[in-house]
Amino acid sequence: MPNEIAFYPLAALTVALAVAAMSLRHLVHCALCAAAAFAGLAVVYLQLDAEFVGFAQLLVYVGAIAILIVFAVLLTRGDEVRPGGGHSSRAWMAGVVIAALLLAGIAMPILASPSLDRRAPPAAAAPVKRIGEELMTHYVLPLEMVGVLLTAALLGAVVIALREEPEAKTQSSPPGPKRAEPREAMSL
Amino acid sequence: MNTPLSHYLVLSALLFCVGFAGAVARRSAILVLIGIELMLNAANLNFIAFWRYGDNPQALTGVMFVLFSIAIAAAEAAVGLALVIAIYRQRKTTRLDAMDSLKG
Repeated sequence: MPNEIAFYPLAALTVALAVAAMSLRHLVHCALCAAAAFAGLAVVYLQLDAEFVGFAQLLVYVGAIAILIVFAVLLTRGDEVRPGGGHSSRAWMAGVVIAALLLAGIAMPILASPSLDRRAPPAAAAPVKRIGEELMTHYVLPLEMVGVLLTAALLGAVVIALREEPEAKTQSSPPGPKRAEPREAMSL
Repeated sequence: MNTPLSHYLVLSALLFCVGFAGAVARRSAILVLIGIELMLNAANLNFIAFWRYGDNPQALTGVMFVLFSIAIAAAEAAVGLALVIAIYRQRKTTRLDAMDSLKG
């Protein structure tokens, strides 16, 4: 099976991209690496037979959130780290050590547990038709709530980002409509 | 599908810890948000892996949870980045250690 051969390089690539996204100096590089890591995770979802989630991940994360992050990075230009200034917080070493301890604390029990060493059952089809039926019957209330939440988030984000001083209305008006577009795409 | 479930869980733990390290160690507010997104994604991967390797994959529960979780993450990213931009307008910085107005 090509499936299980592909898993380890893919996992290594995804983790490497995530590390790059968290450690590179240049914010635009970080955003692009994060987008690639999200795409790698989408491929892992496809490998796990969750096609719809994989494509939703591609659309939402690579299509919308990554674009939003790049927009935010470019709109907050002029904030680069000056030469000699650190791009990490003062106690970053403590944070990395805590994260490593956390990883050991999670991964060692996982690898030691015999019940998690199982193989997948043969077929687990999640056809889009069944997902749609479930969404419209069993999960219709959560679906409506998500619709309300996305509308509220859309309005809230526009309100937060659009506030401008009366005298500075000419040079600060372009970011408002520009930032609204990706969020509209997201709520569809 | 001969990859054991535990390897997917370890991948998820790795992603979570990388995101966590970034969220606590970096100074840029945007990067902290990316770290939080990575942590959310690691949780989603756990849901999908447990759904796929579970005893009743016909129930679609894991898939549904991840779909809703992706929607919530999208809303969170939109509002979070709008906040970053609003703060940037006010303070001309996105560095978290420069936003210390309440510091005594």
